[in-house]
Amino acid sequence: MKTSFWLAGAAALLFSSTAFAGDTIKIGFVSTFSGPTAVIGNDMRNSFELALDHLGRKMDGKPVEVIYEDDQQKPDVGKQKTEKLVQSDKVDFIVGYIWSNVLLASLKTAVDSQTFLVSANAGPSQLAGELCSPYVFSTSWQNDQTPAAMGLYMNQKGVKSVFLIGPNYAAGKDMLAGVKSTFKGQVVGEEYTVWPSQLDFSAELSKARASGAESIFVFYPGAAGVQFLNQYAQAGLKEKMPLYTAFTVDELSLPLQKDNAIGVPGAQEWVNDLPNEQNKTFVADYRKKYTGLRPTYYGAQAYDAAQLINSAVVAVKGDTSKKDAMKAEMEKANFKSLRGAFKFGNNHIPIQSFYLQDVVKDADGQLSLKTVATIVENDQDRFHDKCPMK
Amino acid sequence: MLLVVEQFLNGLQFGLLLFLLAAGLTLVFGIMDLVNLAHGSLYMMGAYFAATFVAWTGSFVLGGVLALGATLLLGIVLEFTALRHLYGRDHLDHVLATFGLILFFNEAVRLIWGPAGLALPLPSWLAFPVTILPGIQYPAYRLAIIVVALLVALLLYLGVMRTRIGMLIRAGASNREMIGALGINIKLLYTLVFGLGAALAGLAGLMQAPILTVQIGMGENILILAFVVIVIGGIGSIRGAFIAAIMIGLIDTMGRAFLPNLLRQVLNSASASTAAPALSSMLIYLLMAIVLVARPEGLFPANRR
Repeated sequence: MKTSFWLAGAAALLFSSTAFAGDTIKIGFVSTFSGPTAVIGNDMRNSFELALDHLGRKMDGKPVEVIYEDDQQKPDVGKQKTEKLVQSDKVDFIVGYIWSNVLLASLKTAVDSQTFLVSANAGPSQLAGELCSPYVFSTSWQNDQTPAAMGLYMNQKGVKSVFLIGPNYAAGKDMLAGVKSTFKGQVVGEEYTVWPSQLDFSAELSKARASGAESIFVFYPGAAGVQFLNQYAQAGLKEKMPLYTAFTVDELSLPLQKDNAIGVPGAQEWVNDLPNEQNKTFVADYRKKYTGLRPTYYGAQAYDAAQLINSAVVAVKGDTSKKDAMKAEMEKANFKSLRGAFKFGNNHIPIQSFYLQDVVKDADGQLSLKTVATIVENDQDRFHDKCPMK
Repeated sequence: MLLVVEQFLNGLQFGLLLFLLAAGLTLVFGIMDLVNLAHGSLYMMGAYFAATFVAWTGSFVLGGVLALGATLLLGIVLEFTALRHLYGRDHLDHVLATFGLILFFNEAVRLIWGPAGLALPLPSWLAFPVTILPGIQYPAYRLAIIVVALLVALLLYLGVMRTRIGMLIRAGASNREMIGALGINIKLLYTLVFGLGAALAGLAGLMQAPILTVQIGMGENILILAFVVIVIGGIGSIRGAFIAAIMIGLIDTMGRAFLPNLLRQVLNSASASTAAPALSSMLIYLLMAIVLVARPEGLFPANRR
């Protein structure tokens, strides 16, 4: 009786110690895998899996285990899934997060448990400012950066006045604030719509037309971007009020937007035709592995997240308990990013270039996105001063 | 002033669309006493059928007609295979079973058409704005929706008020047991009513498809509004559904259009633009609550005794 008790104890110790040393690198991945925006989550998962393929599915010789969790585009569900990953799966890293409101709800769980979180898309202003954390990195951008680049482009085009429309949630507010931070003309009006349930923008389009503004700026990610462009074209505004966008036209929405998207400019930190070697390989391998699909910036950011994590794991020779060393390595951004080299700011948000993208017909006769110009180089978000980390 | 007219049209168009959805729902609920949560799925199927048939035939009208027929057929098959077994059971059983149908349809669509959704582009003869009054341009397609929905409402009214089947439907709405006792083939009537409801939902779906995208789960948000409409209008009443739908459409649109400016008089600009969308989406539920308190049976109850 007594011996078996000791044996059991020894076995338990043995088990816990092996679990502690960590034979595998465990990564939790929170994104949207159900509902209309599941296509975005799928693209992120596809790209993350491709990154693991390129890494031989190992990080510093250790096998990688990824646990995918569906946030259903809901902040409360995202928080629960993050808690589950941290508390019961005890993951080493958490990646993903399309939606700013989901990330903001989940952030505290990850930070309190000192689990590294890499946002592969969402970039709420709070994350760059007062809520910045040593354990949080972004391989995307701060929300304001992309629309701010669009604002600069609108200045270049000599746009005098604009009407802003966006969804009423954390990212929508950041996006409209972002344009306003750089646009030098007059902002005639701004409208927020109920997110994500409102899909009919007739009232907002009527107001935009009545406002007498010269142009419209919108931010509508996912299917909402398709609906907005449909209704914008049907209202006959395409000839009258040119549209400027952020995150509204991408490779997922383009097959549905079709000709409505032609001539609609967008700003982006990654476009599929960026000329660096790693990006060429990524785009070619993605199209080979997932026939009929094309990668998006969401996917490129998820791919970068996997590479960033790999750089940290390699630097500590697989010992993921050395958090300070991993943090120091990640701050160097010492990996081949698909957007080309970039540096992290003090708040762990990339300092990076933004490009102007346009819709063109490619060699296969399909609509695709193309880099036209560099709008701004080495752009740093405008909240980094508020981040206590120096 | 011109903006008010334009927003009125927007509200009317939205309201009429809701009416198409709510008319079927209220008939099925009122006559068959069946709570059909899967009504939104029929709306979605109408849109998917339309996108498929339009791409297949190359004609918007022909594809639309085929899609309408397909939804009608689907409704009849659904009634035959699944819903028939639910009559006379508890409402909770209806909710459970038809919620299962929602999941079934969403997965079926994912298997057949894939998760990415479909586009239903408008033909060029509908995709332009019309000048209806000097200074007011309105999308031709939205005008077409208004015209078609008003026609359908008129046909429904004539059908329900002036024909023998309409008489049976009205009789069924006011006293289900009695018309069965009078020797009316109630099973056939039920199948017919359900098929009609399905076709109306399909019509709403296929007309909405070019404005929105065709996607999985597209019927779920709008179904909630359709339920609000039938609660306000009175269960089983087509006339009630018509008036309540237009009320809801106008309140929702006018709220979204003018509430932000009103709020800006009181609040600062930033908090007004944040609060206004939330408040305007609450208005319709506020109306429903008031109606429920003042007239719990709805504005135009069908089964007055």
